[in-house]
Parts: sequence; structure tokens; C-alpha cells
Amino acid sequence: MHELGIASGILTSAIDAAEVEDAVRINAVDVSIGVLTEVMEEALQFAWAALRSGTMAEAAVLNVTMLGASSRCTDCAHEYTHGRFDGAKCPACGSYIVELLHGRELKIDSIDID
Amino acid sequence: MKVDVERQILAANDVLATENRARFADAGVFVLDLMASPGAGKTSTILATIDALCDRYSIAVVEGDIASKVDAEKVRAHGIPAVQINTGGACHLESAMVRRAVETLDLVALDLVIIENVGNLVCPSDFDLGENAKVMILSVPEGHDKPLKYPNIFQVSEAVILNKYDTLGVFDFDEAQFRAVVGSLNPSAPVFPLSATKGDGVQAWAEWLAARIESARGDAS
Repeated sequence: MHELGIASGILTSAIDAAEVEDAVRINAVDVSIGVLTEVMEEALQFAWAALRSGTMAEAAVLNVTMLGASSRCTDCAHEYTHGRFDGAKCPACGSYIVELLHGRELKIDSIDID
Repeated sequence: MKVDVERQILAANDVLATENRARFADAGVFVLDLMASPGAGKTSTILATIDALCDRYSIAVVEGDIASKVDAEKVRAHGIPAVQINTGGACHLESAMVRRAVETLDLVALDLVIIENVGNLVCPSDFDLGENAKVMILSVPEGHDKPLKYPNIFQVSEAVILNKYDTLGVFDFDEAQFRAVVGSLNPSAPVFPLSATKGDGVQAWAEWLAARIESARGDAS
């Protein structure tokens, strides 16, 4: 995954949102990232530290919430958590007609500003 | 103070992808994003697909490579319009690049645009280009364990082409294992074993693509 590109996307969006609020400083950015995106948090923090310099997010902490994968079976409504390889089949009824609920998130939840 | 943002991180790419998608739909053109490792047979598969479908559909190709015009030239030599994107280092195509590339194509006159993504089993799977469908190619010499190692590209693809099928006897490729793992990742994706250069199996793949094109037209009307 492109942690540098993702960090850049986070920074841009955070600054845009902060400017709308006439903020002078961003203290923290909260993001939710699904495990199926295979984003490595360590690499993301490294990229964040490098990119935030010289911006209003210079000292901003990046709070990452990693979300596990879960799906819902459209046949029996059973919801279940799973990994990469065992999500396609409902463990309750065996149906393959399932929908992914969580696991692919790549979003900014909120920013903390002054 | 805390401010809720609730915004997608890859918003910039996704916004343009959505615009691309609307533009393609308005023009009535089906767009396929074809992904695979370097050398797996993307260009060969495109040429074979053109041979199978050019009587029925008006086709153009968007080629994505880090450098060179090799692939666009091959497609043009085959009598089909081709636009070459050189990413200059980016390992995957993004929606902005595709938007610029299609400026030179008469989308309304076209039925099918095939985008040949940069050779890479990792990054292209993460980027929406505004396509109707993503399809990936795995070639027999690459090995049957690739779905275990690169699960995402198999998961986001609507179909999986198993190319260089004619080399099965030369390599230690366990097709049953390959199909089982692909099935665990993506049970609805058909697997098309074929040889793009020899032609075996191409018809089944081409018919699937034609059915997808017709289905998209049906959805649009």
C-alpha cells in the first residue's frame, strides 16, 4: 500500500477541514483503517512525521484505529468477523452471498484543532 | 476542539473516478481495467481479445507503463487506436491519468476501452479508475501460490485469466490449489484458462466480456 500517498491524503484533507474552521493549528487527526487495506501503521506514522513538517499539522498526532474485517450473510443475516481468506463463506449457513461490513475503511474521522 | 471530518482518505482519486465513471456511462462505453504482473500477458491478452471482439465492438486501448511506447505501438500495429500513459515512476494508474488519456478518444463512437494497467500485482488493485470491471491475469509460470501472497488483486477482480495455460506441463503449477484459494477469496469470479498467443480458451473469456458489456448496456437503459 502507499503509506506516503495515504499520509499525504490525510494531511490534505485535515488541512482543508481545519481551514474551513479557521483553525491555526491541528493537534491530532483520527483515522480509521480497515485491516484488509494492508496499510502498515508503522510506515504510515513514519510518512506522517515526514510530511507534516512546516504545515499547520506540524505537531499533530496521528491516531490510527485499525478496524477488523466483518461481514453479514445476506441469506441468514448472521454477522461474523473474519480474516482475508475466510470471509467469503457464512460460518452459520454456508452461503457465499455475503457483504463486507468492515475491513476496507480508509477514512479520516475527526481532527482536533485550535 | 474536535471537529468531525468523516472523509475518505483517497477522496481525490475517488472523486475523479466517479466523474470518469459517469462520463463513460454517458458515452455508452464499457471500460475494463486489466491488471497483472509484468510479463504475465496483458498486452497479448488484449490483442487476442481484440481479434475475438473487433467485429462486434469498436475498441480502443489505454496503455499504462512507467516508460516507453512499446505496448501502444503493438496495439496500433494491430489496427486499434491506443493512447500511451507514461507514469514516470508511479507503479499504478490513477483516475486523473485515465481522465487525461481519454481526452484524445472519441468515447461516444467506442463500445469498449481496455485499460492496460502498469505491471504490478499490488498497487493497481487499490485504485478506482472509473472502470466497469477490474480483471486480472495470472500466468502459469508465476506459480499457483500467488493468490495466497497477493490476495487483494484476486479479491477486487471480477474475473481471473489463467494465461500461458499451454505451459502447464513445464511448470509445477497446482491448478486445483490455485482455484481453491481464488474461490476462498472471490467465489463469484470465473477463472479462464487460456493461451493468449495460441488462442486456446480465448473464446470463453471473450464471450464473458461480451456478456458483461451487454449487461452494462442493459443496466444503463
